[in-house]
Amino acid sequence: MPRSKEFLHGARDTLPLILGAIPFGIIFGALAIAAGFSTGEVMALSLLVFAGSAQFIAVSLVATGAGIGVILLTTFVVNLRHTLYSATLQPFIRHLPIRWRAPLAFWLTDETFAVVQQRYATVAASPHKHWYFLGSCLSMYSSWQLCSFVGAVFGQAVPNLAAWGLDFAMIATFTGIVVPMLRSYPQVAAAVVAGATAMLCYALPYKLGLVAAALAGIVVGTGCERLRAAQTGSAPR
Amino acid sequence: MNAWLMIGGMLVITFATRYSFFAWPELRFPPLLRQSLNYVPIAMLAAIVVPGMFIPDGQTLNVSWRNAYLLAGLFTVAVAAITRHLLATVVCGLAAFFLLRWMLGQLPL
Repeated sequence: MPRSKEFLHGARDTLPLILGAIPFGIIFGALAIAAGFSTGEVMALSLLVFAGSAQFIAVSLVATGAGIGVILLTTFVVNLRHTLYSATLQPFIRHLPIRWRAPLAFWLTDETFAVVQQRYATVAASPHKHWYFLGSCLSMYSSWQLCSFVGAVFGQAVPNLAAWGLDFAMIATFTGIVVPMLRSYPQVAAAVVAGATAMLCYALPYKLGLVAAALAGIVVGTGCERLRAAQTGSAPR
Repeated sequence: MNAWLMIGGMLVITFATRYSFFAWPELRFPPLLRQSLNYVPIAMLAAIVVPGMFIPDGQTLNVSWRNAYLLAGLFTVAVAAITRHLLATVVCGLAAFFLLRWMLGQLPL
């Protein structure tokens, strides 16, 4: 595919995930204003940090009077999962110059990772898959800015914004991505173990349970795949 | 607290985690690690989604027919498994969720 088509497909394939993130952006903007941030500061967070969960948690911590040390430590732990995304995509982007690698890293969110890793997993040999990556990044980034702004400016006008349960939109989008990925028993085992561990470790501070759960799922999935390969006598893929 | 100091710190930390492995283009992973990384998307998404359905308030386990997150979540899983279509899954899942919340009287109307 040519560059422009890769770019447009990346943006297009990210649209369902943007749908899931819209409520989060709006609620974030409203919450940040309620916590005492100015509209400029809210937009600076979205423009410069661009990490939904970390932004949410930072704003909530400020509202409870936490210090900057706690907030930065929490940001680090909440964002630890991004190192896994970074490692997963590294083999596919390692050939790119730094002027590509640095911006793509800046824009690497859960949503873009979910979409882009599927594109890199396809066998189609295209030298321009990083344009797909960029298309996903920019559509996600621009929509996040718009939603944060709407939330910051108009969020206070809607009472009980958080009581609608709009956060289910993100659960639905991530479910729609993960379920079709479950094609083999090691993949199902990885999902079940990660989900169960996430529940068991939910009480851990700073969302550490999320990273623990992902690692447990990865280990079990890989172990099952190796076990199956050993049983059937075939070499692992 | 200085909000701009906080924003600057968060910018540096977030970028550092995302750029962590992108920073080393010469680095090549051994086969076992590459095999393991194939499970990152499944494991991470399951770890986000499952507690979202069973612990919707972020505090207590809620396995009951009044938990719309769980019921609509299971329905969403079924739609995803049958259709394998992301947008169809999101639309059906959200419709089921808000219908359930309305029927259970959980919407702030």
